[in-house]
Amino acid sequence: MSTEHLVEPSADFPVRDYGPPRVHYLNWRHTIASWLLSRDHKRIGIMYLVSISIFFVVGSLFAAIFRLELLTPEGDFLQADTYNKFFTLHGVVMIFFFLIPSIPAVLGNFLIPLMIGAKDVAFPKLNLASWYIFMVGGTIGVAIILLGGLDTGWTFYTPLSSSYANTHVFLAAMLVFITGFSSILTGLNFLVTIHKMRAPGLTWFRLPLFIWAHYATSVIQVLGTPVLAITVFLVGIERIWGVGIFDPALGGDPILFQHMFWFYSHPAVYIMILPGMGVISEVIACFSRNRVFGYEFIAFSSVAIAIIGFLVWGHHMYVSGQSMYANLVFSLLTMLVAVPSAIKIFNWTATLYKGNVIWETPMLYAVGFIGLFGIGGGTGLFLGTTGLDVPLHDTYFVVAHFHYVMVGGMVMAYLAGIHFWWPKITGKMYAQTPAKISAIVVFVGFNFTFFPQFLAGWNGMPRRYHSYNADFQIWNVLSTAGATVLGIGFLMPAFYLGWSLFFGKDAGSNPWGARGLEWEACTSPPIPHNFEEIPVVTQEAYAYTGEETVSV
Amino acid sequence: MWNFPLLPEQASAYAAKVDPLFYALAVFVLTFTMGVTTVFIVLGVRYRKRRGVHRKSVHVENMLIELVWSAIPVVIAIAIFAWGAVLYYDHGKAPGDTIDINVIGKQWMWKIQHPNGLREVNELHVPKGRPVKLIMTSQDVIHSFYVPAFRKKQDVLPARYTSLWFEATKVGEYPLFCAEYCGTEHSLMGGTVYVMEPSDYEEWLGGGPALTPAAEGEAIFQKMGCATCHDAGDSSRGPSLNGLYGKDVKLRGGGTIPANDEYLRRSIMEPTADVVVGYTPLMPAFKTQFNEDDILSLLAYIKSLGGGTQE
Ligand code: HEC
Ligand code: HEM
Ligand SMILES: [Cu+2]
Ligand SMILES: [Cu+2]
Repeated sequence: MSTEHLVEPSADFPVRDYGPPRVHYLNWRHTIASWLLSRDHKRIGIMYLVSISIFFVVGSLFAAIFRLELLTPEGDFLQADTYNKFFTLHGVVMIFFFLIPSIPAVLGNFLIPLMIGAKDVAFPKLNLASWYIFMVGGTIGVAIILLGGLDTGWTFYTPLSSSYANTHVFLAAMLVFITGFSSILTGLNFLVTIHKMRAPGLTWFRLPLFIWAHYATSVIQVLGTPVLAITVFLVGIERIWGVGIFDPALGGDPILFQHMFWFYSHPAVYIMILPGMGVISEVIACFSRNRVFGYEFIAFSSVAIAIIGFLVWGHHMYVSGQSMYANLVFSLLTMLVAVPSAIKIFNWTATLYKGNVIWETPMLYAVGFIGLFGIGGGTGLFLGTTGLDVPLHDTYFVVAHFHYVMVGGMVMAYLAGIHFWWPKITGKMYAQTPAKISAIVVFVGFNFTFFPQFLAGWNGMPRRYHSYNADFQIWNVLSTAGATVLGIGFLMPAFYLGWSLFFGKDAGSNPWGARGLEWEACTSPPIPHNFEEIPVVTQEAYAYTGEETVSV
Repeated sequence: MWNFPLLPEQASAYAAKVDPLFYALAVFVLTFTMGVTTVFIVLGVRYRKRRGVHRKSVHVENMLIELVWSAIPVVIAIAIFAWGAVLYYDHGKAPGDTIDINVIGKQWMWKIQHPNGLREVNELHVPKGRPVKLIMTSQDVIHSFYVPAFRKKQDVLPARYTSLWFEATKVGEYPLFCAEYCGTEHSLMGGTVYVMEPSDYEEWLGGGPALTPAAEGEAIFQKMGCATCHDAGDSSRGPSLNGLYGKDVKLRGGGTIPANDEYLRRSIMEPTADVVVGYTPLMPAFKTQFNEDDILSLLAYIKSLGGGTQE
């Protein structure tokens, strides 16, 4: 059953350097309007990059302030209401304005057309519109912050949000509703692009796994996000007109809200990890100089995750009062949805076998991803196990779990991707040593911040607590200390990547010696329409031989 | 600050059952993750590209390995599910002989009433070694009753009754928290659970004013004029409530509904929501006149009039 073979690269795309182009997408026009009205997927990707980076800073500042508050058990320097607003805004900003758009809207936008040999996405104007819609949502977000905030938690549980909170819930519902459309339109655009615009010869099973991952993600975005939009819309209606939907005092059902919310928000966690898995597949293949082990298994496991992911939302509601038998079904499905993730991890690891492994920066982030995502997914098993979720639900254990998957998984993958494609995006190479150090600092700081939270949670510390039982202090002090290290780790790339823009050496078309149309058939930075002529593909993805050279 | 609470205190029968699962999973997940990461790094070093050495990469395909490492996680996943499910069943099914205590959550306190009528706030006294069942509802938003030392938690919902049972196994004082975010003072909505020797508990209970919830309910029933229509002997104005609890009630317009806590609550607060067959909906709505305390007392009274036990 086992076969081994050497890969012969096709003659069409040798790993070669085209030299930097004279006119590329960054310099072909300089006016502000040429950016703001651009329909070029690459420029739109950059616009997302800039906007989500700003949101990431804002979200981090909220976290920095409330982690400081958590140094001591008493609530001392923030009022309870302020604390509640800060964790709510942290969650809303990070989830809706950073994590969901992170890899798809930045790297996906930039790379999907390049990887499939297209001149742009299927609907360039719609793509630009998505960014504007996103920014309208962002503006509402800023307005909410300036007008006094929001204190319902990012989960908006009713009837607290619909009848009791006296912050800007209606505006927040608008924000989620509007921002959702940006996500839906991006997903739609990608689906059509991937179906219709692949270069000649680029069959489904020749696609890079990054594309498969984005395909699965887009399906979730298109099918799931409308449900969230409807849900928050109903919250808004109940709040403004007092129509009883979720509040039992008006004749509504608060559990109905939870079903609707998690019907989207569980699949949404896969919007927040599948693209990361796509990046990791690319990075590991490139730096192992090998074809990905079990390509079909990785591809189909993304699809499996997207489908089964729609059937497990009830695992957020084991102690909500929902029927025991329903919970058991949700639990079984939850356990099964973890399996495709395990399969991916095995396949990535096996890819190194008999390869030629190079430990460049993106690869360091990739190992970090494997370790942290392993813990994150593994602790998901604790929570998916009904009997064990009874004590763990709504404690810091859950907080640690989702940060391991979302930050340890997705943000690590995002950084791996940014470091991998930075030379393609900007045409410049960054300094390797600080980059490697930052990967290590982020990894250490991350564990230092979030591992103690598992212990706090297992010992019983509930989440969303402004003041807490003094027994838990040590875990909180460790966590705040770790967050400082993590913060430094996240700041470092801003410096050396920024530096590279001005002083970095020209990267060349293919500094990593990577395979794939974006590296082999494209300049760095790419020309405005990506390719001089549309490439023809004659080979599977990842035709690495082990002889490609790195020049950084 | 310098104590490291590594492992939480075990003070209930359930805690003793659930902890082995937690620790087993902890060992499994840590071993798995460290194992895979180590293999990754070892392969990465073993097959690293060396300067000056030309070795071609070899692509391996092996269907057997793929199938094996797909199947094994499925088996493990189902095993973990099953272990958790057995525990969860235990958590969900209270034994028959529980001490039933009423709990009302409201922003931001816990109000508790013992079977003999004794009330307390943010404190709960229970005997060791006896199963206790909390019957809980909320007066406003969703809360969650959480006692870490018992490893037990249950959300508390407005207009619904949820229950949580446990058997304390160790005398002591244990923190009680609200685990579901419920607004400004969520983090202060806690208290203490006191586990006492059964004899001490009896003594402690004896000190109370003691009008049982059912007796309180009966008083309300008389005072609010319920009895004028719901007379045990004469069911011409309204149906008799004797033996009602747990029965199936036939509704006007077809269909039946089990007379459980939620149904009874609704029948009192909004009588027109479900109308009993054969009656004109004469009953006034008491929505604005009762709080959750009164309703719990009325329910206790109606239950005391006989009927099955509710599932
Ligand atoms: C004016 C007469 C009247 C008064 C006063 C009244 N009820 Fe009723 N009640 C009825 C009638 C008629 C029905 C049956 C029709 C219906 O379901 O609305 C009923 C139904 C019920 C039911 C459902 C019975 C079943 O068989 O399903 C409950 C429980 C109940 N009432 C409790 C109360 C309580 C408690 C009070 C006092 C707070 C009260 N009622 C006061 C007339 C009355
Ligand atoms: C690998 C399989 C995974 C399993 C089995 C799993 C399981 C669970 C379960 C059961 C819960 C509910 C816990 C509770 O509230 O008691 C949960 C919460 C959560 N998970 Fe996961 N999870 C997995 C992966 C992920 C991934 C990949 C992400 C995101 C990238 C994620 C993000 C979250 C978030 C955000 C929450 C908490 C939401 C909230 O209450 O605010 N999970 N997970
Ligand atoms: Cu989930
Ligand atoms: Cu609370």
